[in-house]
Amino acid sequence: MTQHSTDQPDRPEAAVTETPAPEKEIAVAATAVPADDDVVLRVEDLAVDFRTESGAARAVTGANVEVRRGQTVAIVGESGSGKTTLAMAVLGLLASNGAVAQGHIWFKGEDLGAAGAQRMAQLRGTELGLVPQDPMTNLDPVMRIGRQIDEGLIDNGVRTLRTARARTVELLQEVGLPDAARRASQYPHEFSGGMRQRALIAMGLSARPALLVADEPTSALDVTVQRGILDQLAGLTRDLGTAVLLITHDLGLAAERADVVVVMYRGEIVEQGPARRVLTEPQHEYTKRLMAAAPSLASRRIEIARERGLEEVLEEALLAPSAETGSSDDGTASGNPDEPTTAALVQVRDVTKVFRIRGNGLLSRGRDFTAVEGVSLDVPRGGTVAVVGESGSGKSTLARMILDIEKPTSGTIEFDGAPAGGHDHRSRIAYRRRVQPVFQDPYSSLDPLYSVYRAIEEPLRAHGYGDPAERRARVEELAEQVALGKGVLRRFPSELSGGQRQRVAIARALALSPELVVCDEAVSALDVVVQAQILRLLAQLQEDLGLTYLFITHDLAVVRQIADRVIVMQAGRLVEEGTVDEVFDTPQTDYTRALLDAIPGRDLDLAV
Amino acid sequence: MLRLVVQRLLLLIPLLLGLSVLLFAWVRALPGGPVTAMLGERYTPEAAAAIEAEMGLDQPVWVQYGKYLGQLLQGDLGTSLRTGRPVVEEFLVRFPATMELTVVALVFAIGIGIPLGYVAARRAGSVVDHASVVVSLVGVTVPVFFLAFILKYLFAVELGWFPSAGRQSTTMVATHPTNFYVLDGLLTAEWDAAWDALVHLVLPGIALGSIPLAIVARMTRAAVSEVQNADYVRTARAKGITAARLRGDHILRNAMLPVLTTIGLQVGLLLSGAVLTETVFAFSGIGSFLAQAVFNADYPVLQGFVLLIAVVYALVNLIVDVSYGLIDPRLRRQQ
Repeated sequence: MTQHSTDQPDRPEAAVTETPAPEKEIAVAATAVPADDDVVLRVEDLAVDFRTESGAARAVTGANVEVRRGQTVAIVGESGSGKTTLAMAVLGLLASNGAVAQGHIWFKGEDLGAAGAQRMAQLRGTELGLVPQDPMTNLDPVMRIGRQIDEGLIDNGVRTLRTARARTVELLQEVGLPDAARRASQYPHEFSGGMRQRALIAMGLSARPALLVADEPTSALDVTVQRGILDQLAGLTRDLGTAVLLITHDLGLAAERADVVVVMYRGEIVEQGPARRVLTEPQHEYTKRLMAAAPSLASRRIEIARERGLEEVLEEALLAPSAETGSSDDGTASGNPDEPTTAALVQVRDVTKVFRIRGNGLLSRGRDFTAVEGVSLDVPRGGTVAVVGESGSGKSTLARMILDIEKPTSGTIEFDGAPAGGHDHRSRIAYRRRVQPVFQDPYSSLDPLYSVYRAIEEPLRAHGYGDPAERRARVEELAEQVALGKGVLRRFPSELSGGQRQRVAIARALALSPELVVCDEAVSALDVVVQAQILRLLAQLQEDLGLTYLFITHDLAVVRQIADRVIVMQAGRLVEEGTVDEVFDTPQTDYTRALLDAIPGRDLDLAV
Repeated sequence: MLRLVVQRLLLLIPLLLGLSVLLFAWVRALPGGPVTAMLGERYTPEAAAAIEAEMGLDQPVWVQYGKYLGQLLQGDLGTSLRTGRPVVEEFLVRFPATMELTVVALVFAIGIGIPLGYVAARRAGSVVDHASVVVSLVGVTVPVFFLAFILKYLFAVELGWFPSAGRQSTTMVATHPTNFYVLDGLLTAEWDAAWDALVHLVLPGIALGSIPLAIVARMTRAAVSEVQNADYVRTARAKGITAARLRGDHILRNAMLPVLTTIGLQVGLLLSGAVLTETVFAFSGIGSFLAQAVFNADYPVLQGFVLLIAVVYALVNLIVDVSYGLIDPRLRRQQ
């Protein structure tokens, strides 16, 4: 292990070109492999190819990874870096057009690369376990949770048809699912995301595998839930002595949870070593970038006003992450000098929203559900207010009311001194021009059949903006503002990266020159590096166009980078409010503290 | 589930009321009115007036509709002008024949369509996949009556493997308590009669089932292609479960939801689409009888049959909706 970790980081990025050389070295080593009984998994010079219409595409190049018994090794990288492909190759679950092109996957002395499909099916579920990424899509929707665990136990010969259920209930209890016996006979749609993820962990560990692949096991969950589940997973694997291959995009999480961190970039392992060392002395340029961008590690607001580039800002943030927030030449979020003295652009007063849940029967009455209760807040003109909370906290409902998509049940929302929204069709349309949303998922919020040009032009057309030539000029101007090349305008959403799509969504929102932009989890679906770019873009646009932002997010780390003020919501109520520094440095409520503590890697002292 | 059934049955009332208005209006809208249509070449003003008075057609329209509705409520759908027998009776004699034919066509369509679609999706780009495309195209594009003629010519006339017409051989003596001939044969233990009736169903069943076969195969292929790449299928594989369980419990069951919708819609088409097939094979079901009724302007039969087919169609769709809930637990609560 040490051998790998010492020679790996030194390998320059350019080493791709000379892959044949290390291949030879490994070939020699391969013959003398299963020396150490403790090594559960040893991936050697692995390359994975995918057949595509334009020939073979190499997703993983010359990867070397070693996982020992009881050890957790984290593979970190952005989407497309090959980290999931590597893990799936180990499990023999590559998509049908993918195959191991070279190298070996030694698992307990057996080369899985050479093992047939049958042997792999035998190993999966017994020796190899998987905890997949998205709890919403990884459970069969038409099968009871208990049965989905039973079937693995039965087919792997762990239990018989009769005894399986009792074991399943034990397993569900083990992962901290309350009332497991009853829960086992429920369907996935009756479970929350966190409960589903617990069920998936129970499933992955059901046959006590020697190696567990945990593919972003918590990235789809709220931070506080995330922490609990990761603790549970860590506790179980420690007790069982399971080796864990943890796949994540979050460097903070990897640092906190893993013994060894492996950084992948474009199919290659660019750096690996003990978690602490990789974080404190990153060798590779990409690792540094990843660290700079990691929201959980960045602790400073992006200040565009200064004549400094992002690199500098982040560089400084890196150099003094835990230091006093104010540096000599800027007033940071708290002491914002141009704190607006005028009335707030948006004034929310004692707003409550009650939804009526439809009853079950023809005649039975529905019951009421209070999504937002007595919330008041101000959004100052030109400022950024972030509303944070977990799913179900009512933050999105609040945003929808400000966007005039929902009407408050009681209370008032004023925009620029007048009631928000409109009383008739015309005034509602006028309001929409001034308040624009940017939604979470850049994959589904763009019409796949609209070109980028058409997507950005649509609001202009809908609101009768100018003639075609003027619209074209405006679209091109907008594309330039969000740093999209002209060539991109002719393309379709499917041809764009996540970051590009979100830029399109931002350009579309800005098309009508709104005053308020409501960003509902606008960067949550993006990779950290891209996320940092988009956040910077938003800050830049705010500076240039005098925009006011309302940021809805569950990610506190993002808040720190963009917001002036923070509002914390829990179960429909406002529980805490203050400047970013107040809330982050001296949280007043337990709930806020819990949210802050749950940010992965927060406790790591990374000051170099 | 029970609530859904009751709800749907209650919804049948406005549906049938609306349909009865349409049918009533339609008969009145026939060129020259129903009397002209009935009399045809025998038309004289005197005869027309006599019939109008007899049938109450000289009374105000709403009185006529009231009477019509009153009769409907008593289960009286009128009398066939051609055979002189009550419409309900004619329907009950022929409906079992069409139902049998529909069932055979469905069994054929589902029995071949689902496996074909499944294999085509699991081995995309293979020979089976391409073959399924050809089968689907042929099934959809070749007109039913043409296919019926070809089948009849090849397998009945030339090869003599199957009978060419009718529901049962004329030489077969059998009792018919239910008018479902195959069922009758089984109930009365007249095995040869049951077999004979079944053999008579083969060619018309294939002809009628060709379009649903094509559609079911395509739908299955599309659904399985999607489901087999679903995250939960990969997770199921990661659990190391057997291939049979993966196929049946995870892939097929999830893929069946859209296919089931298609099948439900097809049943309605089969019931009404049997006209051509029944005519070609001289099969005495509601389709061929309806065709006769059209040629003879037998409007009480047309009115009555349309109403009854609507009821059957509604019931079939109710069964489909209930079965969704059986497959997909997420729909149960909504139902």
